[in-house]
Amino acid sequence: MMASSYNAKEEDGHHSGASNNGGAGVVKSKKPDNTAFKQQRLPAWQPILTAGTVLPAFFVIGLIFIPIGIGLYVTSNNIKEYEIDYTGADINDACYNCAKNFSWNSTTPCLCSVPFTLEQPFESNVFMYYGLSNFYQNHRRYVKSRDDSQLNGDRSALKNPSKECEPYRTSEGKPIAPCGAIANSLFNDTLELYHIDSNGTRNAIPLVKKGIAWWTDKHVKFRNPGGNSNLTVAFQDTSKPVNWRKPVFDLDPSDPENNGFINEDFIVWMRTAALPTFRKLYRIIQKKPSTTPTLPSGKYVLEITYNYPVRSFDGRKRMILSTISWMGGKNPFLGIAYITVGSICFFLGVVLLIIHHKYDTRNNSADIPS
Amino acid sequence: IEKMGRNKKDIRNLVSNLPYEGLGKTKQPNRYFPGNAIKTTKYTLLLFIPMNLFEQFHRLANIYFVCLAILNFVPVVNAFQPEVALIPICVILSLAALKAAWEDFRRYRSDRKLNNTPCFIYSRFTKSRWKDVRVGDFVKVVCNEIVPADLLLLHSSDPSGVCHIETSNLDGETNLKQRRAMSGICISDPEFKPESFNTVVVCEKPNNNLNHFKCYVEKPDKDKVGTGIESLLLRGCKMRNTHHAVGFVVYAGHETKSMLNNNAPRYKRSKLERKLNTDVIFCVILLLSMCLVGALGHFLWLQALPSGPPYLVPDSNGHLDSPSLSGFYMFFTMIILLQILIPISLYVSIELVKIGQIYFITNDIDLHDDETDRRVQCKTLNITEDLGQIEYVFSDKTGTLTENKMVFRRCSIMGTEYPHKENVKCSTFEHALTNSLYIIYILYVSTCFGGFAAIRLAVLGEPESGEDVIPDRKLLQQISRAGNCSGSQEIDPYLDFFLGLAICNTVAVSMATAQRQRVNANSVSLPHIFTSWQRKPKRSRSILEDLVVEEDHFNPPVKKEDFEDTTGLQMCSLHAPSDTNSDNLSYEAESPDEAALVYAAKAYGFTLLNRTPDSVTLRLPSGEDLVFEVLDTLTFDSNRKRMSVLVRHPITREYVLYTKGADYAIMELLVKTEIPWQKNIAAGTQHHLDCYAKDGLRTLCFTKKVVSYKEYESWSVNRQRALAAIDHREELVMDTAVQLETGLSLLGATGIEDRLQESVPDTIVALREAGIQVWVLTGDKPETAVNIGYACRLLEEEDLVINMSCKNKLVCTSILDCTLEEVRRYSEDPRNVDTTQGISLVIDGCTLTMALSSDLQDRFVDLAKRCRSVLCCRVTPLQKSRVVKMVREKLKVMTLAVGDGANDVSMIQAADIGIGLSGQEGMQAVMASDFAISRFKHLNKLILVHGHWCYTRLANMIIYFFYKNVAYVNLLFWYQFFCGFSGTTMIDYWLMIFFNLFFTSVPPIMFGIMDRDVSAEMLLGVPELYRMGQGEYTFSTFWVSMLDAFYQSLVCFFIPYLAYQDSDIDVFTFGTPLNTISLFTIILHLSIEIKAWTVVHWVIMLGSVALYFIVTLVYSAICVSCNPPSNPYWILQSQMADPMFYLLCIITTVVALMPRYY
Repeated sequence: MMASSYNAKEEDGHHSGASNNGGAGVVKSKKPDNTAFKQQRLPAWQPILTAGTVLPAFFVIGLIFIPIGIGLYVTSNNIKEYEIDYTGADINDACYNCAKNFSWNSTTPCLCSVPFTLEQPFESNVFMYYGLSNFYQNHRRYVKSRDDSQLNGDRSALKNPSKECEPYRTSEGKPIAPCGAIANSLFNDTLELYHIDSNGTRNAIPLVKKGIAWWTDKHVKFRNPGGNSNLTVAFQDTSKPVNWRKPVFDLDPSDPENNGFINEDFIVWMRTAALPTFRKLYRIIQKKPSTTPTLPSGKYVLEITYNYPVRSFDGRKRMILSTISWMGGKNPFLGIAYITVGSICFFLGVVLLIIHHKYDTRNNSADIPS
Repeated sequence: IEKMGRNKKDIRNLVSNLPYEGLGKTKQPNRYFPGNAIKTTKYTLLLFIPMNLFEQFHRLANIYFVCLAILNFVPVVNAFQPEVALIPICVILSLAALKAAWEDFRRYRSDRKLNNTPCFIYSRFTKSRWKDVRVGDFVKVVCNEIVPADLLLLHSSDPSGVCHIETSNLDGETNLKQRRAMSGICISDPEFKPESFNTVVVCEKPNNNLNHFKCYVEKPDKDKVGTGIESLLLRGCKMRNTHHAVGFVVYAGHETKSMLNNNAPRYKRSKLERKLNTDVIFCVILLLSMCLVGALGHFLWLQALPSGPPYLVPDSNGHLDSPSLSGFYMFFTMIILLQILIPISLYVSIELVKIGQIYFITNDIDLHDDETDRRVQCKTLNITEDLGQIEYVFSDKTGTLTENKMVFRRCSIMGTEYPHKENVKCSTFEHALTNSLYIIYILYVSTCFGGFAAIRLAVLGEPESGEDVIPDRKLLQQISRAGNCSGSQEIDPYLDFFLGLAICNTVAVSMATAQRQRVNANSVSLPHIFTSWQRKPKRSRSILEDLVVEEDHFNPPVKKEDFEDTTGLQMCSLHAPSDTNSDNLSYEAESPDEAALVYAAKAYGFTLLNRTPDSVTLRLPSGEDLVFEVLDTLTFDSNRKRMSVLVRHPITREYVLYTKGADYAIMELLVKTEIPWQKNIAAGTQHHLDCYAKDGLRTLCFTKKVVSYKEYESWSVNRQRALAAIDHREELVMDTAVQLETGLSLLGATGIEDRLQESVPDTIVALREAGIQVWVLTGDKPETAVNIGYACRLLEEEDLVINMSCKNKLVCTSILDCTLEEVRRYSEDPRNVDTTQGISLVIDGCTLTMALSSDLQDRFVDLAKRCRSVLCCRVTPLQKSRVVKMVREKLKVMTLAVGDGANDVSMIQAADIGIGLSGQEGMQAVMASDFAISRFKHLNKLILVHGHWCYTRLANMIIYFFYKNVAYVNLLFWYQFFCGFSGTTMIDYWLMIFFNLFFTSVPPIMFGIMDRDVSAEMLLGVPELYRMGQGEYTFSTFWVSMLDAFYQSLVCFFIPYLAYQDSDIDVFTFGTPLNTISLFTIILHLSIEIKAWTVVHWVIMLGSVALYFIVTLVYSAICVSCNPPSNPYWILQSQMADPMFYLLCIITTVVALMPRYY
């Protein structure tokens, strides 16, 4: 408030002998402006919930939602999906031995193959996912355990990774590249798919590993230090993550453009999953130019190089083949939700209409209680 | 004076600085007293930050948030990046600090301006500044200048030693007050000589009582002269109508009375805020239980894990904490994570909303009074919503329900009634015309010489209707008969009556030319001028003459320069020029009753021409002017309820005491007589008084007493002693007054009408329809009060009126019991259920005292509760506040007290909301109040419309705030079930902070300021809505909205969860639609709550959504690796390219809002 009590009557404005000496010039009225804003008389739209507005709203929601829901449901049902669990938890499973004997530091790869049959042919592009269950990639400490600057190609971060990477920051006195628990636990199973045609020959299905990561991740967010030339030099004086078999610059021997931090499998893994049961895109099976389906129905074999242990957390590993639509993968939930909500709205609308109708015959000024 | 020695500590001795001029600082006698420079700033530049922080941490919520932010720096429990977690609390603190800094800067500027105001200090003979003034200096103040410090007035340019001040800066009272120079202290003729001041001023320690000052001056010859407030010029007052005055500085700077009075604005806590605090505690409990769930969940989750999975990150030594320890840490992490369950921005938002609400209240054109050009003032800033909770209204009568513009109506002299019938007719005619406003502004040149001439605005309106008294013909004849035989020694009682009327008051006379610059907005319509011209041609001509006179003053200042000092003096002082046209006079009265009486006397030819402290000049009907020597004035006080003036009659040389007062205060003091005709006079007058009271008139008795010289002499000695006393001065002075006021002989009585303010009955009816009980507490007689009660429809004709008046407690108890029984039976009687007939209680002050005693209190409250209205008469100010307090405490209701006078101050302060009416009786009530209005009818809109609005707005906003935070935070909580209770957030921290701070903060504030659930017209037209609006914020509404928040957060989390289940979605891509969905839900939820959409609403609501998208898009476009570990880069963009995102948003929002909409 103001300085002294004799202007406690604030409306009188500032006192001070000097200013008031000569007497007031023009007496300014304290009458407030008669504007709509100040008088709180701005034109206002007052939505009043009456039968006339509520009922149509219900019907409109119902009429819009039900077709959307049906559309979504049909789309989702048209998506073909095949899922195979290759964890090897059961003694009868093909990978049981691999799963049992395996640990992070074993050097010899364990191979197993799982045969399966596709009842229906898969048209257009088929996406091949690996799925993990009970893997909490969203654990707070785990999510933090990375250095985005290092992954972005920052040289100082390469040599001196962020503290968040502890305890996967340095190994044998050298900084780990890429550091942190996420990178350390990179999924390293190799999956190969073979089609067994009618005469029993195995045909390898070409799996494309380009384009499985987000474009922005591959080109903006993840960068190798010093460009892509001579990664060996760039990653000199760094150490590979302790669980890795190969250093980061040697992840994909077949394609030098897919090495270092911009390895797409690595990028996909680094996008930590939101929920403990998740899938990640592994490969894409491109549509054939001819009219034959991408994956015709028939027998297949999934060859697995079993490297990734999941027994320590009761996890499961899956391979998923799925076609894709504009709404993504197969998920009937949204369609069902739309249909349900639409129907409820429609039903409520009908009920209210009946109530309103009855009420209205008795009383002219009927408002739906809302 | 003897007592002074004992209380050495309570006094200070001051001497003049002049003899010590030029000596070193250590030699100065008054060096221990502070200087006149003031510093009201709270902070210094260097210490601003620590001091402000210290201040802010008095608020518990701030400590809470800082603790959480600090907790976040502990590595094992932190949920966010430590620096990020500091942002919200820093923003909140710095906003508050910014506000404090701005206020303090304004204070600093105003201090600097004040301190550098020029003034005259005698010792240095230069124009100095206020800050140079020291205690012991002599300061000269000229006309229209503001007094720089508390000055003991020693000299005035006025020959009679009087100077006039206007204290409107201090207490808002605009009438002039007289101050009298202490005489004989130093040579002041003709020019003031401060060098001659060689006395010691002994005065009390500084205190904040503006109306009280004790001081005496000890001359070198040990002679002591006492004085009081009548010689003190207070800092901040404005000198008026006096050319110049010189004073001795007794208090300077912060020790001046005005500065000591400068209290910080009161902090009242509203009912809603108290409720809010309990809800915050519930939120804390909720928060703690959620954290407990998180901690336990984490513990169990860890327990269930077989062995170290790759996603459990050990510490740097490769060591994993045990599940129980992790669970313990997780508890704190959860507190940090879910902290915004306690709404951090709620307190700031409430403050902002209240500022907005006050802005709208003060800007309401309906609450502006055109007559006085006053708006409603909000003095207490944080109880606006309490206006919507009022259940009991306590009102004063005089000046609150009534105009407090007194009109002389009837009188009774020597037992004969003079009804003044002509007046009644005329006033009804006038009343019809007073509604429109007519003011003639006349520019005239200030009559003060010395370079202060400036153009001013003055108002020349027709005087108030109170001045138009049309004499009773019969009475006029009586007077002229009495006047004819006035040669005889025995003064005719009729003349005496009018002499008493004209003399026995403290009315100051001022000339129309000396009108002050204040706009006297007289409400007289233009047609009235013309009609009155026809009716009273003489009067209208005088207005024209005034115009001519005014124009004379317009002459260029050249003429003024020729004025001799003395001429200027005369112009400036109140001395009426000898050829005064008596119509030119205007009277400045402290109470309107007095003015009405003086005008009445004037109508009968007894014109008060001039009043100085020592004399009264009176013009008799015969045309001769009499100068009465005033020997003493025994001022009015509420204990005696009377005042007296002791004068010496210029012709008979008798000492005559004229006393006027309330009839019951006078009747018992009358001289005991056995003469039948005198007894008849007393009885007849009493009868007339009762009649007047029944008509709702205010009554006064006039008496006279001739005091013998001897009696006067002995009394005068006592009086002087009492006046010079420092201790118990008031009691002593009052005792001397009582001593003299005995054995009075009755002259007559007057009846003064106090008209009801406009729309008072409507307002009272509306308040009552709104379910508010209205009590009227008045000092008037029961008859008057009941009459007014009927007039203002407090009492209805068909009402059952219980009149309680008894003399002793036993009777009182039994009456109370009987009535209570009766009333109970009455209300239970089924026949009375539907009748509109109510019960009203009229109780007088004496009975009230007994009823308020502790054993009868409960019964009285019970009775009063059942009455529709209660009227308390003859109550003292203290009783008023006790009644309010009792009702407030016993019934646990919200009370509002409205009053206009000093006698209402205690009541105003006792009530939950005090409303001051800036009326005719000064500003004490306004100063003590929370809200100040200018008409009683404004109460209607203030309570019914603004009260309702403020309350519903704020209540809804608070509920919405809780809802919003719970709904948002619970998203995080549900996610914990899917991340092993590890405290992960799926929403980027920055976006989370922005969400609360920017995206969703403005709409609720706007909602709290601008929503209109019901239009103003509707609220005024259907007052019952007020009562219905009171239950807006209850325990159940809080929990209902909490449940709604839980439901909505469940929907907002689980629909996206099910949609994205077992897909390749990553943490932050999952969080983005969640964030968007909850933004939509929260904003749309608010738009369901908003009852009236204006342009502002649309802009802010759409703006908030747009802001969210713009900020998030920009943020996720430029932040490549800026905020680890979240990867905001391109997430929203990729989501917005996905049709699923929109489909998800639509269905989730619809499902979440369905129950609310339905």
